[in-house]
Amino acid sequence: MSIACELSNPNLKKTKAEKRITTKILLIRVLCGLVVLWLCLSLSLGFLCICKKKESASDDESSSSAKGMLFRNQKNVSRSEIDAMLSLFFDSNQVTSFECRKESDGITCSLSTRSEKEEDEEEEEAKRHVVAELMSSSDNDEEGGVLHEVVLFYVINKWHWWLVLCVLLVGGGRMIFARKEVSSFVQDKQQQQQQCKRAGQWRKNMLLLCIIAGVSFSVLWFWDTNEEILFQRKETLTNMCEERARVLQDQFNVSMNHVHALSILVSTFHHGKTPSAIDQKTFGEYTERTNFERPLTSGVAYALKVTHSEREKFEKEHGWSIKKMDFEDQTLVQGFDPAPVQDEYAPVIFAQETVSHIVSVDMMSGKEDRENILRARALGKGVLTSPFKLLKSNHLGVILTFAVYNTNLPHDATEEERIQATIGYLGASYDMPSLVEKLLQQLASKQTISVNVYDTTNASSVIKMYGSEVGDMSEEHISSLDFGDPFRKHEMHCRFTQKPPIPWLAILPPGFALVITFLLGHIFNGAINRIATVEEDYQKMMELKARAEAADVAKSQFLATVSHEIRTPMVGVLGMLKLLMDTDLDAKQLDFAETAHGSGKDLISLINEVLDQAKIESGRLELENVPFDLRFLLDNVSSLLSGKAAEKGIELAVYVSSNVPAVIVGDLEDEILKQRLGSDETSCNTLSGYPAVNASGSWRNFKTFQDHSCDKTELLVTVEDTGVGIPVDAQSRIFTPFMQADSSTSRTYGGTGIGLSISKRLVELMQGEIGFVSKPGVGTTFSFTGVFGERERDSSVTALELFDQSIQEFQGLKALVIDSRNIRAEVTRYHLQRVGVSSVDIASSLATASTSCASKLVNMDLILIDKDAWNKEEYVAFNSGQETSTRPPKIILLATFTTPAELSEIKSSGLVDEVVMKPLRMSVLVCCLQETMGSGGKKRQTNRKPKNLGNLLRGKQILVVDDTMVNRRVADAVLRKYGALVTCVDSGKAAFAMLKPPHDFHACFMDLQMPEMDGFEATRRVRDLEEEMNKKEESRKWHTPILAMTADVIQATNEKCIKCGMDGFVSKPFEEEELYSSVARFFDK
Amino acid sequence: MDTLVAQLQRQFRDYTISLYHQLFWYVKGFLDDQFTELKKLQDECSPDFVAEVVSLFFEDCEKLIGNMARALDQTGNVDFSLVGSSVHQLKGSSSSVGAKRVKGLCVTFKECCDSQNFEGCVRCLQQVDIEYKSLKAKLQDLFNLEQQIVQAGGRIPQVDI
Repeated sequence: MSIACELSNPNLKKTKAEKRITTKILLIRVLCGLVVLWLCLSLSLGFLCICKKKESASDDESSSSAKGMLFRNQKNVSRSEIDAMLSLFFDSNQVTSFECRKESDGITCSLSTRSEKEEDEEEEEAKRHVVAELMSSSDNDEEGGVLHEVVLFYVINKWHWWLVLCVLLVGGGRMIFARKEVSSFVQDKQQQQQQCKRAGQWRKNMLLLCIIAGVSFSVLWFWDTNEEILFQRKETLTNMCEERARVLQDQFNVSMNHVHALSILVSTFHHGKTPSAIDQKTFGEYTERTNFERPLTSGVAYALKVTHSEREKFEKEHGWSIKKMDFEDQTLVQGFDPAPVQDEYAPVIFAQETVSHIVSVDMMSGKEDRENILRARALGKGVLTSPFKLLKSNHLGVILTFAVYNTNLPHDATEEERIQATIGYLGASYDMPSLVEKLLQQLASKQTISVNVYDTTNASSVIKMYGSEVGDMSEEHISSLDFGDPFRKHEMHCRFTQKPPIPWLAILPPGFALVITFLLGHIFNGAINRIATVEEDYQKMMELKARAEAADVAKSQFLATVSHEIRTPMVGVLGMLKLLMDTDLDAKQLDFAETAHGSGKDLISLINEVLDQAKIESGRLELENVPFDLRFLLDNVSSLLSGKAAEKGIELAVYVSSNVPAVIVGDLEDEILKQRLGSDETSCNTLSGYPAVNASGSWRNFKTFQDHSCDKTELLVTVEDTGVGIPVDAQSRIFTPFMQADSSTSRTYGGTGIGLSISKRLVELMQGEIGFVSKPGVGTTFSFTGVFGERERDSSVTALELFDQSIQEFQGLKALVIDSRNIRAEVTRYHLQRVGVSSVDIASSLATASTSCASKLVNMDLILIDKDAWNKEEYVAFNSGQETSTRPPKIILLATFTTPAELSEIKSSGLVDEVVMKPLRMSVLVCCLQETMGSGGKKRQTNRKPKNLGNLLRGKQILVVDDTMVNRRVADAVLRKYGALVTCVDSGKAAFAMLKPPHDFHACFMDLQMPEMDGFEATRRVRDLEEEMNKKEESRKWHTPILAMTADVIQATNEKCIKCGMDGFVSKPFEEEELYSSVARFFDK
Repeated sequence: MDTLVAQLQRQFRDYTISLYHQLFWYVKGFLDDQFTELKKLQDECSPDFVAEVVSLFFEDCEKLIGNMARALDQTGNVDFSLVGSSVHQLKGSSSSVGAKRVKGLCVTFKECCDSQNFEGCVRCLQQVDIEYKSLKAKLQDLFNLEQQIVQAGGRIPQVDI
């Protein structure tokens, strides 16, 4: 039953197990999701902080160059992020087209994604749009404020988090979708397997996606942090460079101012006074002493403006001739040639001690100096030369020249006026390398950066003024220097001396994240593989389970088949043995034969049990609803069992509660009988297994009406005994097939131990429950319930019709039951009431009956005395008290086990009128009562001797109809053997022709399947013909017995035979007994 | 002479038993009780009863198998009802004779017909053909033995199965 149940709904179990596995998978997925979410959240929070820091840092920035850098940086960010997004999107197969190009004014992106149903997706899209717009707006609006840029920066940085989130959402959505798919196809196993594989694939894909997300996240993180570090480095460089540039500029300007002041001094004291207050000595001394104010100058000199016309006069005045600057040989100061003839000269008249060698040198003769002088007097400001090798010191340097005017010129003086007013020139030489060196000495962290200073007046040929090519060439900061000469442009290039250090800060945390990602990936991969294996194993196990169940069913079917096959020959064995016993045998032979017969019977009962069990297990047994009379059935059961019970000395009694309806609809009678037998197999087996030691114990089959709802009746059947009981340790396995309470080979009680298991299954089929209560030594009570239908009393099934008349007669009789046991007395009363005896009194013993019920005894018609309460002396005394009565009651003795001798003795004593053997049954009781009451019940003929088949058939005309020659021949031979006169025909038509009334034949054996006209058709026609004849001649009824001959004897064929007017059927080939029984009905008249 | 008869008789007995005997639980004997019954029916009035019936049976077999083969030969639309009725007849006659194996095959054959299983029908037909032929050969041997015994002047022994 359990197997059948499992077979019938394997889906149930499957789904259960599946649910379990699905839950596990779900759990893992949720866990995975949580981990990823947590990672994302924590990292994005961290990033947010970084962004905010950046924001504040950016706020502090004020210089435009920084802004530019920021913006460039930003652009880089967006570009590379777009690339990252591109790759991500390609991973998730969401992007159908993605274009990105960098144009002159910014980045234009066109992104089209596959439209998904999810709303989240749309949201994402919207966000992306916003971002894109922001981006484009930033591209167009390059002059956007700092705040705007910062916001944008923030948004863009947030952007790839959105991307990650979006990817996760998409993945999650698809996962959920996939799961839905999974749940919708649970039915089909194949599909399920596919599903499993798909689910596994999905999990793998998800894992891959997660790992890719993790890796890209780590890379992004690293990139971001690194970028930040680089940014900070750049910022530091900028700051330092700017600082240096400012300091240099300031210093230079200070020096320049001083030179300017000196020029004014010269103008005032040399030209303003006559005679001059300054001579070379004074100038040299003064300049030497004020040199601290011009730390950057290597020396100052004053040159006078001398026209050619004035040259001679000037030379005469100073006592030296104007010399020309010689560039070829700078070392030889002495070897200055006299200056060539020119319009104008600028001979140095005063010079600082350090440059005293240039006194009398014409400054106009030097190319650089000349230009400088000309520009200086035209501008009225300090002008610088381009860097050149300074005389003598061989360092690169610049000359600062100031024009000295004789008058105080207004600011808006024209160039002409300035030239006219010029009387001399003050020059100062700056030694750039030493200058910058000195400057850098003063500043902190001079080691970290290297500084180059360039003159960029001529953009095509930049002149390096200071610095070396060492340091990290990759990044450089350029600061412009303003030395107060608008004509000249100078720049300061700063760079770090060392290459940037390996950014551990940027590497380590993302590295850890990467490692964690891979670890998690590894773990989840393992888990997924495990799930896959488990799922595979589960599938295998389900398959194995199905196969095992199939094998079980096959076993049952095999058993059923084999049992059936064994039963067939066994019937032969038993029949032969029986026949053998009927023959003339001596005592010994008879004993052997009886033993063999008994063994055979045991064997066949065992086979029957096995067959039943197997039938039930293989699910072949089906119950059919047929109305039946429970009480009558139970009578049969008790009569069947009475023999067995008597053998063991057990008293058997049946009691049916009056609440139980007369007719109930239950299984097919056959089946219910079987079932009853099954349940009484319980008792049988209990009987066989546990003989009641207490022989006087009472047995009750209590049928208690339990529930009665509309047309369904639930019956409670209890089988009680007072036996040895079932040991407590064996009680749990009592319903297991082939399990005996005592399973040792030397067990006391025989039996297969299968009966209870069969009973259980039968009860289960009847939607009932079976159970028992047992106490060792006290007895066992088995009880079961079954659901039956109820039906109106129907005479066809109640068997009561036979006794209806008798019961009428017994109405109104009064009876007294004398029994020492109450329960037994109750049972007797129940039986009496069944046969119509309405008022039944009970007395516990003869003595009490005679004393207490004396008055009642007068009107008693019947006194039933149990043999246990029987006591001859008492009875005599009891009976003597009755003699006065006019109509003495009939005395019936109820005996359980009485030897025939004892019985005859009691009968012959004349003390009782009748002895009834227990268990009580209706038919027995009715017969007995009829006899005792003398109501004319004639003795029924019993056990009619079976007549010889030969006698029966001798001389009878029999028609055999069969289309097959062989069958005809055989049937002919068989029937001939019994002395019948056989005529054979080979078709239905011929038979019909032969069977026209008036009939010559006593009987006809008709094959069913014949060509042209089959047996049914032929019979129908014969019957029609007979009908007609009968109508014509009222006097005679024509009816030839027609018997079907058929090879397959099944119920349906039988019914069909009867329906078309046949009288019965015999199976081919003929068997003597069957033939006899079917033929006897017609000839035994 | 007697020894020859005795030998023949023993041979006859053994052979008969082998025909009934079941080799394994799944290999049925050729004959069953019905054949014994047939033998019992044979008496002085009809001395060749068994041989007559058996030869009738084999004629029947031949005819029916021919019918079925023709019916099954028509690929495409096989008339299973025709085959089925033939099988039924064969089953009836084989059970009358006691040809156990043929009968058993007929049961399977009938099932195949009912389920319209063409392959099964063809297979069963082949088996039936083989079975009935082998049975024919066996019975022929048996009758030959009988004749030899009779010619040798012996009695055909009663074989109890």
